[in-house]
Amino acid sequence: MPERSETSRPVPFRGGGFHYVPRKAVPWIGFVLVLTLWQALCSFGVISPLFLPSPEAIGVALWRLSESGAIFSHLGWSLQRILAGWAIGTAAGLLVGLTMGIFSAARSLGLPFVSALFPIPKIALLPLLILWFGIGEPSKIAVIALGVFFPTVISAYTACDSVPRNLIRMGQSFGLSGQTIVSEILLPGAMPGILSGFRISASIALILVVAAEMIGAQHGIGAFILSAGNLMQTDQLLAGVVMLSILGLLISFILGRVETWVLRWR
Amino acid sequence: MEVRIEGVSHRYGGLQALDGISLTVREGETLALIGPSGCGKSTLLGIVGGLLQPSTGKVLLSGKPPADCLNPLTYVFQDFALLPWRTVAENIGLSLMPHGLPANKRQERIAAILVLTGLGEFAAAYPRQLSGGMRQRVGLARALVVRPAVLLLDEPLSALDAQTRELLMEEMLAIWAQQRSTRLYVTHNLDEALRLADRIAVLSRRPGRLREIVEIGVPLSERSKPDAAPALAALHARLWTLIRSEAAEADREVVNA
Repeated sequence: MPERSETSRPVPFRGGGFHYVPRKAVPWIGFVLVLTLWQALCSFGVISPLFLPSPEAIGVALWRLSESGAIFSHLGWSLQRILAGWAIGTAAGLLVGLTMGIFSAARSLGLPFVSALFPIPKIALLPLLILWFGIGEPSKIAVIALGVFFPTVISAYTACDSVPRNLIRMGQSFGLSGQTIVSEILLPGAMPGILSGFRISASIALILVVAAEMIGAQHGIGAFILSAGNLMQTDQLLAGVVMLSILGLLISFILGRVETWVLRWR
Repeated sequence: MEVRIEGVSHRYGGLQALDGISLTVREGETLALIGPSGCGKSTLLGIVGGLLQPSTGKVLLSGKPPADCLNPLTYVFQDFALLPWRTVAENIGLSLMPHGLPANKRQERIAAILVLTGLGEFAAAYPRQLSGGMRQRVGLARALVVRPAVLLLDEPLSALDAQTRELLMEEMLAIWAQQRSTRLYVTHNLDEALRLADRIAVLSRRPGRLREIVEIGVPLSERSKPDAAPALAALHARLWTLIRSEAAEADREVVNA
């Protein structure tokens, strides 16, 4: 034993790493660094303000626009369109998607239509929708609703498929009715999938509202950004883009809260 | 109640899973169904429970169910099959749903079964908060709360560790001594069968046929006593010889699917 202990050494550590550990300060440092660099490039005239205005100029533009309330009025128009279009598309999408998730015949009927229509970029239908509904609000709301509808259908029936079959067999073994199985097992089980579908459909609604407003609108963030571009007011243009970013963050924050509340059993 | 399985065969497409099984689970006994994997024991349980339709043959229930029986035939699942969005009490209440009991009767039954299965302090917990053993106690409570005449257990301890399995075996024996029922217990574990069953039915592999029914002479209450050990060890050896070659075959099988 004594001669062994002479040659003994600790086991070298070779574990660790390959695991994401958030570093609290790093994101702030990165953010500030990029902004400072950007500001410096603008201030020293390396970048022309018309090409890319400085962060400071964008901040000032944002401040003026919110003081006059103009930006909020545009934001209000966009939000209204998003909410109406998203609500209609989601309601119809859930109805169709859940029916397809529950009944095989409905799935067989619906699948070819969904597969054929889902890949169409819905903004391509706006001219047709304008012919149907006029240039006003209904055509914009319709294009958002259409864009939201198909992904919602797909996420609803795939969410139904993802409910473990053993839970359904369990319900059957205890003599639960089909209705009870749907309301107590299938729908709650499909909830996580449906809610993550909401994130996708909300981002689609945001894209489509801007696109639709750029094609034919006086109000709304999309229209505002387009007209700022036409007037070469790039600071105003980017102020609008910043508002869109904030709007997107806000929507995903709200959906996150809804998710943690509805899925609090997880 | 008594369960009579008469000439049950089952095919999945071209695969013959069960071939002409006839056997009777006697009133008040535990019949263990053992066999190598792929012998169709879970299929047979599914047929008895009305979850699968046999290709030929039938299953008959006879006798009088207990007075307060709501559902003559209930299931305990290997993977527990609990609803993660329902608390323990709500999961147990699920099997009462189709029977339209008034709220106070429902609460009474749930409270009584929580005590019987030792879940009293976990009524408001969610499944994710519980150990595997506790989850299976919920599965057991959910099956027992309707006071079934026949309890179908599909490898109920297979997902649990050895110590938890031991504890649950003791508890199941205690529950069965208190609540009269007929049990059909599917397992691949010989020790479980020798501990819990009155008789053991051995199935052969693909197609599942009934090879032998072995009566365990030792009363349930004596099974864990040292005196019973030689008799049980002899039975164990005999059953293992019956199953061994087919278990090895199942082990070597390459699945083409």
